[in-house]
Amino acid sequence: MAPTDLKLYQIGTFAAGNRLLDPGDRSVQADPGRASSITSGHRACQGCGEALGARFVLDAAMRAAGGEIVIANATGCLEVFSTPYPESAWQLAWVHSLFGNVAAVATGVAAALKAQGREHVRVVAQAGDGGTVDIGLGCLSGMFERNDDVLFVCYDNQGYMNTGVQRSGATPPAARTANTRPVGSEPGNVFGQGKDLPRIAMAHEIPYVATATVADLRDLERKVEKAMSLRGARYLHVLVPCPLGWASASQDTIRLARLATQSGLFPVFEAEHGVVTATTPIRRRVPVEDYLTLQGRFAHLFGPDGRPDVVARIQAGADRNIDRYDLVTVVDPDGVDHV
Amino acid sequence: MLRQLEGSRAVAETVARCRPQVIAAYPISPQTHIVEALSDLVRTGELEPCEYLMVESEFGALSACIGASAAGSRTYTATASQGLLFMAEALPNASGLGLPVVMTVANRAIGAPINIWNDHSDAMSQRDAGWVQLFAESNQEAVDLHVQAFVLAERLSLPVMVCMDGFVLTHAVEEIDVPDQEVVDSLLPPFSPRQVLDPAAPVTIGAMVGPEAFTEVKYLAAAQQLRVLDEVPVIAEAFEQATGRSSGGLVSSYRMEEATIAVLAMGSVLGSVKDVVDELRDVGVPIGVVAVSCYRPWPLDEVRAALAGLEQVVVLNRAFAVGSGTMLGQDVRLTLATSATRVHDVVAGLGGRPVTRASIRSLLAAVIGGEVDPDRLHFLDLDQDVVARELGLALAKES
Ligand SMILES: Cc1ncc(C[n+]2csc(CCOP(=O)(O)OP(=O)(O)O)c2C)c(N)n1
Ligand code: SF4
Ligand SMILES: [Mg+2]
Repeated sequence: MAPTDLKLYQIGTFAAGNRLLDPGDRSVQADPGRASSITSGHRACQGCGEALGARFVLDAAMRAAGGEIVIANATGCLEVFSTPYPESAWQLAWVHSLFGNVAAVATGVAAALKAQGREHVRVVAQAGDGGTVDIGLGCLSGMFERNDDVLFVCYDNQGYMNTGVQRSGATPPAARTANTRPVGSEPGNVFGQGKDLPRIAMAHEIPYVATATVADLRDLERKVEKAMSLRGARYLHVLVPCPLGWASASQDTIRLARLATQSGLFPVFEAEHGVVTATTPIRRRVPVEDYLTLQGRFAHLFGPDGRPDVVARIQAGADRNIDRYDLVTVVDPDGVDHV
Repeated sequence: MLRQLEGSRAVAETVARCRPQVIAAYPISPQTHIVEALSDLVRTGELEPCEYLMVESEFGALSACIGASAAGSRTYTATASQGLLFMAEALPNASGLGLPVVMTVANRAIGAPINIWNDHSDAMSQRDAGWVQLFAESNQEAVDLHVQAFVLAERLSLPVMVCMDGFVLTHAVEEIDVPDQEVVDSLLPPFSPRQVLDPAAPVTIGAMVGPEAFTEVKYLAAAQQLRVLDEVPVIAEAFEQATGRSSGGLVSSYRMEEATIAVLAMGSVLGSVKDVVDELRDVGVPIGVVAVSCYRPWPLDEVRAALAGLEQVVVLNRAFAVGSGTMLGQDVRLTLATSATRVHDVVAGLGGRPVTRASIRSLLAAVIGGEVDPDRLHFLDLDQDVVARELGLALAKES
């Protein structure tokens, strides 16, 4: 589906949905003939950003590939909540092997399809942030370096949620997790650690790297379509808020994803062969507090015993992203974006 | 046709004739010559269609094989030692998913201390990973077992490891017959997977299974693995019909007629053992050899039958299990639990130490002469002076 120029933004709690768009411009989900790769009945928490992200990614990928796809899934929430034996929420060919090997499994699937002369069947690998930036990084880097024909999607909920919300290499600084408690002089997760995987992926100069969130599903679908139009190793990093791990309200999942981008904490961009080709400008910049205060995992930074110094350091990180990707140069005069 | 070939080269050519569609491997001595040769065969187009994946680790190698096999292609990998350990998490995954990956293990010690030479510690450490483990006595048998391994793996949808002694076999040049393409094709039909990742008929492979069904899943997997014990002789028989060569099988006996004592072993050490047994037979000692070719699943009935009625059995193991003897020795003790046969558990040839005919000769003389205590683990050719000195020093420090 071609990107649309039409801009519609959520205003207040009123969702300007697909029904206001021409049928041709509607999201994949609004299409009655959609693939529905993951069906209802799975056991994700209410408001799970990962379930939402996966559904949009895979339905878009299914459409782009005419239904000819195979999925390799790493261990993690997505795998566990979708396949409790004897049930499966997947309506597509799907394989799960281990936590840290999904990129290599997908490489193997792609190699097999090539040897069989069935390269029209496309391969998508998916993992949480832990399965991507930590335990799976060796296999993933190998897959990038060989430029294997796989789209790798990371659903980043910023922690090891499946095992009870421990810190991962993608957990943001100061966040409370089960093993970075808000105790001591540096409460929560440490600063200065963590991996920026989109930039690590870009350093491999693979054909396509993009970031997206579940706040802008049309953008997410468009990036999946773009990725599926290319061959070789492609990487899509999707921010997916997790109500359980973030201690946020289920109904705030989309709002949080949007605030993450509008504060600059999560830059949304695309890169080809290691060069940034497009960024999504911040239309209405918000201070990081707007994003942080909706989440229990940052509660220790606010209130009477709050840590404004720590909040200032988080703000500095957001400002650095904004500079790095030039996120506020474009000003949209009509932009209204009340979150 | 017999040709002068390095063991690795012969195995590579044999694997190529088995027409794998995806090979993924990571180099480690002494496996390297096998995968280098296969890489050449793929590059020159002699083996095609085949994708050769130069992965970033052994974990990646086996994982790629898992993906490729689940997608319906015949897959092959090879490793040794640390590499096999690096695959450890993926090994039971491949067997649990019932994927017929075939792997060569060029048996090598595991560290520390790091050691590139031959023993069986690597394969032994993974003996319960749900893979079939076949051990080759010679390079010819290694070649023959690879053909049989693909047949077995695909017939039962199980992964198979072919273990061949590192360097001793992999790097030895000798006369070897690589079965002709027509022979291999007649034994090994194109791969038809039991279950495949196909968008036209989507399946979920690798779902989570909880306490309500896990035991049953494992029971059924074990039942499938035990079918190996029926299939291996059938496949060995078909192989013999096609090539005129007797190779593989579960267990074989050598000069066991009227024997009261036997040596039980696996792998290339059997050659020297047989030579010594020939000498002893010549002077009237009623001794024979039992060679285990299929180690996992353990052919309990066949080993029991082969050892029936013996007074003593000497188990030569190229690895050991701290506090409980050796792995092979444990299996033999279990097999003979209700019999009066004395089992001598002997650790031999660790980390490449040669197991010479002279040392086998003196070991057997000591056993026959009643000088070896069957209740104690015996280390062949142990430098008693060195260990006594070091143990003495340790004791002195403690006191
Ligand atoms: C080798 C290994 N180590 C640890 C685990 C336990 N484990 C399973 S899922 C998981 C965390 C998953 O985190 P992530 O990849 O971010 O996915 P999420 O559940 O957050 O979506 C961990 C630590 C495992 N299954 N395998
Ligand atoms: S813990 Fe988080 S990622 Fe996992 S199912 Fe719940 S909301 Fe989704
Ligand atoms: Mg996570």
